[in-house]
Amino acid sequence: MTETGAFEKVLTRYQTIPGYRGTLPEYEAHGGYQALHTVLGKMAPAEVVDAVKRSGLRGRGGAGFPCGMKWGFIPKDSGKPVYLVVNGDESEPGTFKDRMLIEEEPHQILEGVILSSYAIGCHLAFLYCRGEFVRGAQVLQRTIAEAYDKGYLGRNILGSGFDLDVIQHRGAGAYICGEETGLLESLEGKRGQPRPKPPFPAVSGLYRCPTVVNNVETLSNIPHILLRGPEWFTAIGPPKSTGPRLFSVSGHVARPGNYELPMSVTLRQLIFEHAGGIPGGRALKAVIPGGSSSPVLTPAHLDVTMDFDSLAAVGSMGGSGAVVVMDETTCMVRVGEIVSRFYHHESCGQCTQCREGTAWLHKVLRRIENGQGRKEDLDLLLDMCDNMKGKTICVLSDAAAMPIESYLKHFRDEFERHIRDRACPFAGAAGVRKH
Amino acid sequence: MIAEETRHRFDALVARYPEKRSAMIPILHAVQAEVGYLSPAAVEWIAQYLDLMPADVMSVASFYDMLHLEPVGKHLIYACQNLTCTLLGAEPLIRHIETRLGIRAGETTPDGKITLKRMECLAACGDGPAMQVDGEYHGRMTLEKLDRILETLQHD
Repeated sequence: MTETGAFEKVLTRYQTIPGYRGTLPEYEAHGGYQALHTVLGKMAPAEVVDAVKRSGLRGRGGAGFPCGMKWGFIPKDSGKPVYLVVNGDESEPGTFKDRMLIEEEPHQILEGVILSSYAIGCHLAFLYCRGEFVRGAQVLQRTIAEAYDKGYLGRNILGSGFDLDVIQHRGAGAYICGEETGLLESLEGKRGQPRPKPPFPAVSGLYRCPTVVNNVETLSNIPHILLRGPEWFTAIGPPKSTGPRLFSVSGHVARPGNYELPMSVTLRQLIFEHAGGIPGGRALKAVIPGGSSSPVLTPAHLDVTMDFDSLAAVGSMGGSGAVVVMDETTCMVRVGEIVSRFYHHESCGQCTQCREGTAWLHKVLRRIENGQGRKEDLDLLLDMCDNMKGKTICVLSDAAAMPIESYLKHFRDEFERHIRDRACPFAGAAGVRKH
Repeated sequence: MIAEETRHRFDALVARYPEKRSAMIPILHAVQAEVGYLSPAAVEWIAQYLDLMPADVMSVASFYDMLHLEPVGKHLIYACQNLTCTLLGAEPLIRHIETRLGIRAGETTPDGKITLKRMECLAACGDGPAMQVDGEYHGRMTLEKLDRILETLQHD
């Protein structure tokens, strides 16, 4: 095993405890809520913000924005209530780590919520849980009730004078509600249409009040940072991508699953050591390293380390940590058709470039896959992608365009062959590969 | 059309949010569970309850995949059609359901028992191909597993 193989797990340490079900007594028996006892009333909120800033923790939802800096944007004396909203609307294709944390270690999230609320001066926090997470929502409801019973929520928590209420709120199925302002609209009982920024949520968010939106995994790190110190956290992984990260590995691998590792792990180690490599002796063709919005990588990129900056340097992104592995039997045109169909379905329709662009991308990719592509289609696709990027209210449009550009960049000959032969060489009509 | 007890539950729910309208999606879920789908009368009821126009409620109800403006079957199958599940063989499985039930995705069997819907990523890629049946996850789906599930649903 490599160095990363011996890594001592933090967020998923509970998995080593036999029969663990994530209830409050179990969580406490294994060190849970110690950070709360250590921090509440003993550290000033500003000291908590400072510790999180020094930890270098970056958001685990997609953008990788520094968490402490996000908290620091909350105005000190706006005279308005401050809200914390937990983004549990995990929907980036390929990602399944937040659902696991919600279902299996929910008190770790809630302890993070209480500590973060204390830091930013929030007295009402919302756990926004994806609509399809029926069981997850039940687990969160139980978790919140347990915490109220124990006095970890409500008035004067642990005698510190700090009050906090938490509401669990389930969505109803819309990818765009993972975008933080789309999520706030949804939480206000509206269509999940993202808002123009600025103003950013830190200034005008939920109910036009200062608001922090943090991802489930991001918040799960908070108790550990405060209990073990920012220096312990920065010692894990590369200097600018600190702390453990959950990688959701799926697709053509022997052992798909969530792997908690430092971001110094290479793509090669992740696929071939941790996830057991590709079944059937087939060769690797392509990898999506950070959810379906991230540009594709090829076997030439296997030695990249999985930190935010190294992935950006090779033209992709860390995104949500979802690694989708595709072997040599995969048709990249079909992959493009599936990915573009998804963004077309999920576009909220506000911005013309996105609403029309996603529809056109899907239409053109579908006709190429079906053997009806035209010679000029590839330049048309690139032109459309260019018109979709950086021109809309939110980044869904960019997220739809970037992967398609990358498939054309790395696999252009495959697209050309579809058009020339007027057919998919992978018999893709039955799926991505022949069955 | 909405039970008195449900209405009391909504009163308590609305009181928790700083703004009443925030209870919209939880109420849409609950009314849908009670009525079966979001009928025009149900939408009208919610609008009155939240002091909104029916068009406001419709604009929300029509935005989300899990809210139904048409009647759906007693059982609901959500089949993931996104990338990982397709890589692992979701398409032949979805077509098997369509053939066996004699419906296309998006439709309900004539006896009103089963609705099949194609869904985007269900966050279960580690267990693909994945489906949800009445809110329960079923992973690593095979034709055999699928037949057992359909058998149970058809005879319920």
